[in-house]
Order: sequence, then structure tokens, then C-alpha cells
Amino acid sequence: MSNENDTQRTNEPARIFELYKTMCLIRAFEERSEDEFDAGFINGSIHQYIGEEAIGTGVCANLRDTDYILSNHRGHGHSIAKGADPESMMKELMGRVGGTSGAKGGSMHIADFSVGMLGANGVLADGLTMGVGAAQAICLRGVDAIVTVFVGDGTTNRGPFYEALNWAMVYELPILFVCENNGYASSTVTRSITAGEGPVARAKAFGMPAFDVDGNDVNAVDALAADLIARVRGGGGPHFLHARTYRVKGHISRDKMLYRPEGETEERFKDEPIGRCAAWLIANGFEEAEIVSARDAAYAQIDAAVAAAKDASFPNKNLAYADVQDFGPPEPWQQDGGAA
Amino acid sequence: MTEMTFADAVREGLAEELRRDPLVWALGEDLSTAHGGTSANQYVGLIDEFGPKRIVNTPISENTIMGAAVGAAVAGTRPVADLRMADFGMCAVDELVNQAAKIRYMFGGQARVPLVVRQAIGVRKGAAAQHSQSTEAWYVHTPGLVVVAPGTPADGRGLLKSAIRADDPVVYMEHKDLWLASGDVPDDEGVVPIGVAKTVREGSDLTIVSWSKMARLCEEVADTLAGDGVSVDVIDLRTLWPWDKDAVYASVCKTGRLLVAQEAVQVGGFAAEIATDVTENCFDALKTHARRIGAPRMPVPYAEPMENEFRVTPERIIARARELLAA
Repeated sequence: MSNENDTQRTNEPARIFELYKTMCLIRAFEERSEDEFDAGFINGSIHQYIGEEAIGTGVCANLRDTDYILSNHRGHGHSIAKGADPESMMKELMGRVGGTSGAKGGSMHIADFSVGMLGANGVLADGLTMGVGAAQAICLRGVDAIVTVFVGDGTTNRGPFYEALNWAMVYELPILFVCENNGYASSTVTRSITAGEGPVARAKAFGMPAFDVDGNDVNAVDALAADLIARVRGGGGPHFLHARTYRVKGHISRDKMLYRPEGETEERFKDEPIGRCAAWLIANGFEEAEIVSARDAAYAQIDAAVAAAKDASFPNKNLAYADVQDFGPPEPWQQDGGAA
Repeated sequence: MTEMTFADAVREGLAEELRRDPLVWALGEDLSTAHGGTSANQYVGLIDEFGPKRIVNTPISENTIMGAAVGAAVAGTRPVADLRMADFGMCAVDELVNQAAKIRYMFGGQARVPLVVRQAIGVRKGAAAQHSQSTEAWYVHTPGLVVVAPGTPADGRGLLKSAIRADDPVVYMEHKDLWLASGDVPDDEGVVPIGVAKTVREGSDLTIVSWSKMARLCEEVADTLAGDGVSVDVIDLRTLWPWDKDAVYASVCKTGRLLVAQEAVQVGGFAAEIATDVTENCFDALKTHARRIGAPRMPVPYAEPMENEFRVTPERIIARARELLAA
């Protein structure tokens, strides 16, 4: 989501209300995606962002359309926060015509280059290495833009994480690394497989300014992101934002979470960001009816997106052969008449 | 024409592309040091003309050399990533295969990935198991990638230009033994198109298809066999994907006999693909079944007598060719 004015002050109720709406849109998208997955309308798997909405929302609120973001496997929320159209995204998840990637990628490869969302990713940490490259392209082209890369806590144990952080510092690139620490690396508690003091300490080891924030507090994320993004934009080099949160759902929607202690989810859900934001808005002058109405509007928008996706047709099978490569594209099967 | 080494010709070609297009840049280890590349000075001097933003001397971080090239290509530039050797290229197979080769497709054509990745292949005397591999078949097998393996200075320069100008990710494989080999290079732009083979010896009795350094050995083979009165068509494929089927089919239709020679391990190699394809499509023209020759399925050993057991030598190719001619 782009801002008219980057210097817009954080913590203003009208601004936070907009962030609230974005978070509701993400929550509604994730809940309806699960419904449609369970109903058989979505294949593969979906990685939901429920409970983590404040991070993508608060960060992307400070980005422009011309800025790039790179996401991980849990990319729906980042996409919506960056301004991707939920209806095109739902079509992508359902494998229909009009999907953001022409139904070639599905949930895990959600991308919308028209808003600078350079893709979710099925391989952890690859967003980091590609992100520094995108930042290098920005420098070479001399354009006024920055890159933001979203990673999870589990990814801090992959080698490319270190390569990319070192690289970003060496070339003083305009890049913000956002580590969404939801506590779980797939079905393993990340702390149980991680040495040292955590992502902030690891980033600081490269001399990178690194800051920690309550990732379920959208006001706090927005304020810190505004500060760090202004520094990156101003030539301050790479920065690291560590946001503590909790993965309310499993690694994927059908994950039964047998590894999780009974009651943990319910206890941690009390701290989820949308309820906290609603309470803040009410304490800062909003009527409950406005809050409810905004939430309902988000669900209505996503319901309409789901309906539109179900109405859309499936792509022509021959499109499977398109967009592989210019030189030496695939040859279609011949026994059924070939492809366009 | 000007005679120059492969390394010099390719460096000239890169410099010409850097001058032509400000979005072209190079990244890799040691590119701007006095070494100017691995050890054959493939980049020497470029830093002086193009500066550190376009000749980027990187950390030893193969994942990021490749990943950054992908990200920079998607973000509107044309990077040339150098991974020194195909053996180190394995450290970055993920970024090349999972990202570069897939991005255009899995994002439904929203982006192109116009990059070149240079990976040196082949046995260099005494380099042993981890600095000698020829992995071209890995990448030919990967949808989304173009694979070129030029075998002369002129082709090295001309194919690098085409690779840089292509909107597909191109794996550019250069044989380490060729770097210091000399040859005539045209004084004009000298662009060599992707996907076009070159017939380097004309003959009517036997077709030998090869690429990279092996194509040079096959020229020697043709010259030797000419002494026996056997005339050999030698086709230097130059591009492995997409390979020039028309040129190979036409030659096989003329000679009726096909031998495909590769330096790489024979099992699962690219020669098998060519031999099978020709058998499927030119069967009626074949006087005997197509044959291939490649290295035994073993790592490259160090000591010379053992290393020679790995090598596909002209003598071994000639023996296979004679067997084929007698069939």
C-alpha cells in the first residue's frame, strides 16, 4: 500500500484505522482461503498469515508502489499489504483465469509485479539473495526506491541469510530486512534449534542497525518501520526490523499442530493484532460500530472475491506451454492435437 | 580478423556489451583484483573502465552471487554472474534452478530473468575431482534455461553477446583449457546466434557432433580419419539448449552415421539425448545405430595415468568411430 506522503505521522487514529482495514482484509482472505481449501476449491497447500497481519501491514504502509518487496512462503498478507488485488489473488489460489500469475503459481508463488511485489517463494532465504540483487539494480539504474525482504525466524538458520546480510552491508544497499519471528520453524520450536541470542544479535554481528518490536502492535510496527524506512531511503544503508509475533495457525492450513501444547494457541490468540488495534481505535475516539462495519466490509470484499474466483473459468491447458523461455520452448504432446 | 585467446576475446565481448548497454554489469569473486577473474584474466582491466558498480567484486557467497543476479535481472538489469567453475556452480544450483529458471513461468510471465551465468567446465590437468566437472547436462535438463558451450574465441565472444541480449537466463559454459587457446576473432560485432551449430569439418561418411573443447578434439579426429580416406562432418553445436536439430538431422541424412562425443561422464549425459533424438527422427537415414562416447562414471582422479583414464581422447574417439564405420 502506497502513501501519498511518507512523512505522514504515525499513531494518528485515521491512519491506524486504515491499517486496521488492511489487517481485516488479510484476516478475511486467510480465513476464507482455508474454507475454500477445505471445500476443495484450492489445491496444494496454503500458509496462513493469521495473527501476523500487523507486521506486513505496518511495514508496507510506509512503502511506495515503486518500492520492491520479496516475500517467503507465507506471502498472502505481504501481497495484500503491498496493494495486490485480493480478487486476482483468490483467482490465483483457485487456479482460475485472471489469477495474479495466470494460475501458474498458486498460493506459494503469489506475486504482483505491478505493485512491486516480486514474489512469494517456496525456498526459504532466496528472497534475501534476490532482494540484495534487486537493491543493486535500483542503485545501478539510479531510481529512487528501496527493497524490503520479509523472512521468518526459521530462515535465520539458512546460510544465504548470512551471505545476504553481509552483502547488503558491504555494498551499503537500500534494503530493509524484516524478520517475522512467529516462534515456529515449520513444526519445530525455533528456539530449540537455534544458538545464540536471536535474529537481532545476528544482524548486529554484521554491523547492521537492528531493532526489535512487538509485532502484534500495528502502531509500534508502523512507527518503527516509518523510522527505519526513512533511514534506508535517506542513504542509511541496510536496516533490520525484528518483529515478535505468533503463528496462530499451523505451518499450513491442514497442519493439525500435534507438536503444540494444548491451550497455547488460545492463550496467544488473546494478543492477536486486530483485536488490539480495535481496542486502541476505540480508546482513541472511534465508535465500535465503525470498527465492526470496517471489518464486515473486509469480509464482504473477500466473499465477493471468492465468488468472482469461482465464476472464473480454468485456464486453457495449452497455456501450460507458455512463458517457459524464448529459446527452445517446450514441445506439446502431439497425440491430442498439439498446443497453441 | 584478429588472433586472440578465448579469455581475451570473451573479455572484449563483455566490454563491448558493457559499453553498449548501461544496464549490463558483472559480478563474481576476484573480478576487480589484479587477477581479474579466476586465473585467466577474463576480467582484467574492466574495473578501470566500468567502475565498481558494474564490475562488482563479490564475497565468496555463491548463493548470493546467483541470487543477486536473479533479483537484479528481475529488477530491470542484465547481470553477468561468474561462478568461476561449474563445480562451484553447484553451490548456487538452487538460485539458478529454483529461481532463475522458474520465475518467468511461475509468475505467469510478469517478469523475465535476463541473466548470464558463467561456469567453467572441463578437466584441467591435475585439477582433480572438485575442479574438473562438466555439468552441462544438469542445466539442459532444466526447463527455463538456455545452455551454451562455445569452443572457439570467436564463438566465446559472439555467444556471450547473444547470451547477454537474451531475455532468458543463459548458462554460459567455457572450458578451462580453452581460456588460453588462440583463434581468429572477427573485427566486426561478431554476434553468434543462440541455437545455431557450426559445421567445422565437411564430410560424407560420418557425422560427429560435439561441443566446447571436445569439438576441437573432434577436428583432430576428422583430420586423422581423412588420412584413412574417411570424410567426417564435424558439427560444433555451440548451443546445447536449444540444440540445432536441423543441422544435425541434415548431416545425418547425408552420412547415415552418428557419433556424439562429450567430455562429461557418459551416463545420463547430453550425448544420449542427441543420439536418442536422432534415432527417433532420422531412423531411416541411419546405416547403423547412433553411438556416443563420454567419460567413465567416476570422479576425476588426480595422478596423470589415472586422469587419462577419465579423458575422452582423440584416440578413443577414433576407435569408436572406426567401430561405427565398420558396422
